[in-house]
Amino acid sequence: MIWLDTLVQGILLGGLYALFAAGLSLVFGIMRLVNLAHGDLIVFAAYLVLMGVTMLGLSPWIAALVAMPLMFGLGWLLQTVVLNRVLGKDILPPLLVTFGLSVALQNGLLEAFSADSRRIPAGSLEGASLNLGLVTVGVMPLLTFASAIAVIVALNGLFYHTALGRAFRATSDDAVTAGLMGIEPKRIFAMATGIAMVVVTIAALYLGMRSNFDPSIGPARLIYAFEAVIIGGLGSLWGTLAGGVIIGVAQTFGASVNPEWQILAGHIAFLIVMLLKPRGLFPRAVD
Amino acid sequence: MLLRTRNLTANYGQFRALFGVDIAVAAGECVAIIGANGAGKSTLMRSITGVIRNGADMVLHRGEPIGALSSAEVMQRGIAMVPEGRRLFPSLTVEENLLIGGQVRKAPGPWNLEAIYDLFPILRERRKNPGTALSGGQQQMVAIGRALMSNPELLLCDEISLGLAPVVIRDIYAALPKIRAGGAAIVVVEQDIGKALAVADRVYCMMEGRVTLVANAADVTRQQIHAAYFGEAA
Repeated sequence: MIWLDTLVQGILLGGLYALFAAGLSLVFGIMRLVNLAHGDLIVFAAYLVLMGVTMLGLSPWIAALVAMPLMFGLGWLLQTVVLNRVLGKDILPPLLVTFGLSVALQNGLLEAFSADSRRIPAGSLEGASLNLGLVTVGVMPLLTFASAIAVIVALNGLFYHTALGRAFRATSDDAVTAGLMGIEPKRIFAMATGIAMVVVTIAALYLGMRSNFDPSIGPARLIYAFEAVIIGGLGSLWGTLAGGVIIGVAQTFGASVNPEWQILAGHIAFLIVMLLKPRGLFPRAVD
Repeated sequence: MLLRTRNLTANYGQFRALFGVDIAVAAGECVAIIGANGAGKSTLMRSITGVIRNGADMVLHRGEPIGALSSAEVMQRGIAMVPEGRRLFPSLTVEENLLIGGQVRKAPGPWNLEAIYDLFPILRERRKNPGTALSGGQQQMVAIGRALMSNPELLLCDEISLGLAPVVIRDIYAALPKIRAGGAAIVVVEQDIGKALAVADRVYCMMEGRVTLVANAADVTRQQIHAAYFGEAA
């Protein structure tokens, strides 16, 4: 039953990738902005949580709760002060600006925290596992996956059952007409990036508790996140989860054949989906 | 005066679309703006609503300059627009399209979901449908209802009958007196002169970015309109 174990581990790993990707998917869905600094922002948030744990003596969960409003504010400011100025018909300026932000963040983190690899201490949870009969799963991967589902359910609830979500969808459809409804698209965008940064904080918490991180690992997280979003179909959050799971399963199966193949297998799965379904598995009908 | 434009000019890049347009709308009044394609009617609407930004005092709302405000700010002052081509939000249902119109500005007044459904009963049946699954006429009803949901002082209707079947146009026009009875002033942009004159108190005719005629709808003659519309003596 090794293959079943591999499958389950892959699905659970997909939860982590879906967490990486949910914020990216949210921002892209609303303002067609690809934030190339997304992975570095996750790493930044991981350091923020780590500081809460090491300097304030908080538990990782409380530290993440404290970091969330800070990250929301950071996202709101980033969008208001920087990204709103470069959003427009031309997609190149926001790409260049977020690429620059990515480089600046990596170097800033390197300056502040050195290149040493760090980890958020998770106490007894680190090695805990659950025996489910056929397979044994780690508590941490299980929590990660459950958090990914919770984040996606919460974001979908926000999107489809609140006035703010209605404004998100309307602005995404047609920002000019949304303006005629009294909605300031730029404020909606700032709110969206703020919320994406709250999701980033959750992703950062699990990233930091599950494995070591250092200032240079952001771009690789961005790649996984980006692939998950593309596989799922742009703008679909459940699609993003599916995309994360596909990459996760491909990686664990790749690794079970040969540990060197783990990363490669994920990328190959991405390329295969792109060949078969260039618009992703669950593309939005409107686009 | 509820709304006034003063020597309003507007450009699309190098191209000037409006050359010093002056119009005025009093509270509760119904004004028609007629003119051929390219006369500048829609540009005028877009300038008033802040889609195109202008010099601040080119557009005045109750005497205050609003020409440089964003569309959201203009809307929050009680000027709502039914845009050309309806522009419903495809991701929203009919009911959500209506709700979003009153989401930011919700002034006291006669209009709410129930009142809109009473005005256009077909929308009540279709309220769970995506807005874009409706016929053109029903979409126009949603667009009008959406603008009314904020209980605006002034309702701007851009090309309200364009592309619609005559029987649908009749239904839409039948709603305008009820909207006026609710207290809103209305500006109707129309290419159908007969329809416009039947509903309006006053009419402006535009040609090539200028106002060529201002008249009371009851007094204006065919010859005057013909001259103003086509720029030639009848």
